[in-house]
Amino acid sequence: MKGKIGKSIKKIDVAEKTGGYARYIADMRFESMLHAKTLRSSKPRAKIKGIDIPEIPQGYYIVDRNDVPGKNRVKMIVNDQPFFAEDVVNYIGEPILLVVGPDKEKIIKILSEIKVYYEAVKPVFTIEEAEKLNTTPIYGEDNCFADYEIEKGDPDEAFGRAAKIVENEYRTGYQEHIYLEPQGMIGIYESNRVTVYGSMQCPYFVKNALIQGLGWGGDRIRVVQTTTGGAFGGKEEYPSLIAGHVAFAAVKAGKPVRLIFNRKEDIQATTKRHPSIIRLKTALDDHKKIIATDVDIKMDGGAYSGLSNVVLQRAMFAATGVYNIPNVRVRGRAFATNNVPSGALRGFGGPQAFFAIEMNMHALADHVSEDPLDFKIKHMLKKGDHTVTGGVLRQDVKLDEMTDMVLGMSDYRKKYDEFSKNDDQVLRGIGLSLFYHGCAFTGSGEKDIIKAEVKLKKREDGKVLILIANVDMGQGAQTTLRKIVARTLCIPVDDVIYENPDTDVVPDSGPTVASRTVMIVGFLLDKAAQELKAEWEKAPEVEVHKVYEQPGYIRWDQETFEGDAYPVYSWGTNVVEVEVDPVTCEIKVKGIWGVYDVGTAIDERIIQGQIEGGISQGLGYATIEVMNSKDGKILQDSITDYIIPCSMYFPGIESKLIDSYYEYGPYGAKCAGELPFIGAAPALASAVQNALNVQIKRIPVTPEYLMETAEGEN
Amino acid sequence: MKINFILNGKNVWVETDPLKRLLDVLREDFGLTGVKEGCGEGECGTCTVLIHGKIAYSCIIPVGAADHAEIMTIEGYRKTERYKALQDAFAEAGSVQCGFCTPGFVLAAESLLREDARPGETAIREAISGNLCRCTGYNMIVEGIKIASLKGKGLW
Repeated sequence: MKGKIGKSIKKIDVAEKTGGYARYIADMRFESMLHAKTLRSSKPRAKIKGIDIPEIPQGYYIVDRNDVPGKNRVKMIVNDQPFFAEDVVNYIGEPILLVVGPDKEKIIKILSEIKVYYEAVKPVFTIEEAEKLNTTPIYGEDNCFADYEIEKGDPDEAFGRAAKIVENEYRTGYQEHIYLEPQGMIGIYESNRVTVYGSMQCPYFVKNALIQGLGWGGDRIRVVQTTTGGAFGGKEEYPSLIAGHVAFAAVKAGKPVRLIFNRKEDIQATTKRHPSIIRLKTALDDHKKIIATDVDIKMDGGAYSGLSNVVLQRAMFAATGVYNIPNVRVRGRAFATNNVPSGALRGFGGPQAFFAIEMNMHALADHVSEDPLDFKIKHMLKKGDHTVTGGVLRQDVKLDEMTDMVLGMSDYRKKYDEFSKNDDQVLRGIGLSLFYHGCAFTGSGEKDIIKAEVKLKKREDGKVLILIANVDMGQGAQTTLRKIVARTLCIPVDDVIYENPDTDVVPDSGPTVASRTVMIVGFLLDKAAQELKAEWEKAPEVEVHKVYEQPGYIRWDQETFEGDAYPVYSWGTNVVEVEVDPVTCEIKVKGIWGVYDVGTAIDERIIQGQIEGGISQGLGYATIEVMNSKDGKILQDSITDYIIPCSMYFPGIESKLIDSYYEYGPYGAKCAGELPFIGAAPALASAVQNALNVQIKRIPVTPEYLMETAEGEN
Repeated sequence: MKINFILNGKNVWVETDPLKRLLDVLREDFGLTGVKEGCGEGECGTCTVLIHGKIAYSCIIPVGAADHAEIMTIEGYRKTERYKALQDAFAEAGSVQCGFCTPGFVLAAESLLREDARPGETAIREAISGNLCRCTGYNMIVEGIKIASLKGKGLW
């Protein structure tokens, strides 16, 4: 192991995945395994008045609320979501019961014969309806899962002396994860214990949900992650629900029970990115400088609270983007509606906020007749500046250097001028976005909530086991974490063993979310490896155990949201060039460039994969990924109707990393997984804005939207 | 109904409903779990197999229609030199993330390379346009296929 750690190695799992050897959850078989299928609510909001169940043949089972031995609530931040509906249903697709048995066809027949009697309750479908509260609230008294306000400086005073006040409103739509492997779980009950296998990001979230749902001690519950075919946040909180389902069914039937979603069911019933409405009111002084901003963020949280309050927090903390604005007020609300619950998806509130702030900066520049890039640059954050929560940017902020690089790579300035005058048949445009991602959990969450623990164990044969609860869901943790441990111990990567986590074996190193795995867990593994190295010769077998310690500089108040909202930030700048057909308004992406500061790259090719995949998913979000809910029903519930990018959509991507080092990350690494997603939509939308000279205020930017916008402006 | 076909080079038969999806026959009756189900409607390509050397989506083919066909799945293809060249190239290019789509891409690449041993970028993009990947953004898969075609010289 010589040279830079970032030098790429062959990804550990390439052979098993490429050759079809890897066992995903749907590939696993157990003796006498039964199938399960879910009966779901067909109503967005109703009381259940009764359920008629036909005679069930022997060997088949109905599993419902009465089969939840513990508490019928999925363990989340707030315990409001039942495993199985009780007397009410709150969204189309809410699980009511399972039919379990040996034959899939018979299960479907039984499902078709079950009759549920509903009494409709007036539903709430949109943010506007939820805010008006013209029916009984779904949640609490005000129908808000969260209603927060943060303030920096003195916004009222600044608005009072403003030379100009500009208001803009931005909207973002749903996004579906479309991990290629649908959700799935298998539950087994034997020897008075339950084991759940499944596709997941967070084995201990699942275990804790089972402890609550079964009402059993943790020693009777085992959760094992199976090779996971993509997740992107979609397998953060949702698996807890269906893990409960297979566990309850396995206990009732006394046999292994398998629940594998088909794609339609997966799209209809699982979480999506929160739709948002973000309104920004900005005060400028005589020098065309922003002196204050007032941001109002509203999100559609769907029927149950899930992770909405944390998603909202991340959006709020990003509400001024990468700009230093001295006086700020941000209000954020996540509303309850009778839509499918919204949840975690790569970026976690950040993409909505960054789309709004970046487009608003562009609009403000147009308003004061300044070049949008120059306008952004003059407001850019620097080291030592204060964030919207009053945290200090202690690490280097290299945005100026990164911007220079991406401008050079893309030839942005020349193209921008040329395209701005463009009156060709084909309309061309170029756009640039600046953005960051706060690494790991909010504030002191790593210390107060997660409390990660890791273990490293040297075996007699000299091999070293990584014992952690974090998973590889495609992002490369199997490779990067092995590299960190191998390098610190000066042993070959092949001598490091890291199995899919099994909660009987691994400690709780926290969930595989928030781009925290390398920075937080990798750093702990690095420290554990240092200790193991010192004790290597002491015994044939040596085990070391490390617990997360918060870096001394972090100050955070979770009640007031004051201080360092994140331990550190990763930064990015993204340029997208487009052509827009003047007749059809179709957008064709012609070029993509990006420069990123992720600290040290643990493996450059893996980082490139995160960048390219993140941009592609982000450009999909910005353009073609249209998902609407009508009367609580998702209208695009197949891959035919919900279109994600294929190989023909986008051209090659040119990306670079800049040198950067974070003292509290392994070998200087920060976060990388979510960051590249965030900049894509605002860069694309800015490019379209440049091409058409119309204000883009909504994503996805569809041809229909562009036609409406052009008509509106005419 | 008894259906005969050649599966990964062997003559096999199965007694089943001819309307059963080829995907289910391969996975359930033959245990070939390298063939995946991602969408069930022929849109995502994770269920790709080769029938007479051409890509086919096994989730939308009733097994009755495969009577006497020559079918290759990843389990058969992985024994070949060509597979090895593709696997090495995919490793080199970073083409594999979650892996759920990967066997399908490998078979799509084989189907292309046997027709055109040195395809250009556009031909590669077209050849894999029926296979969806949500992790990579495709460029690193395109690169992997390019590398395989160069390093696997003489194999196709």
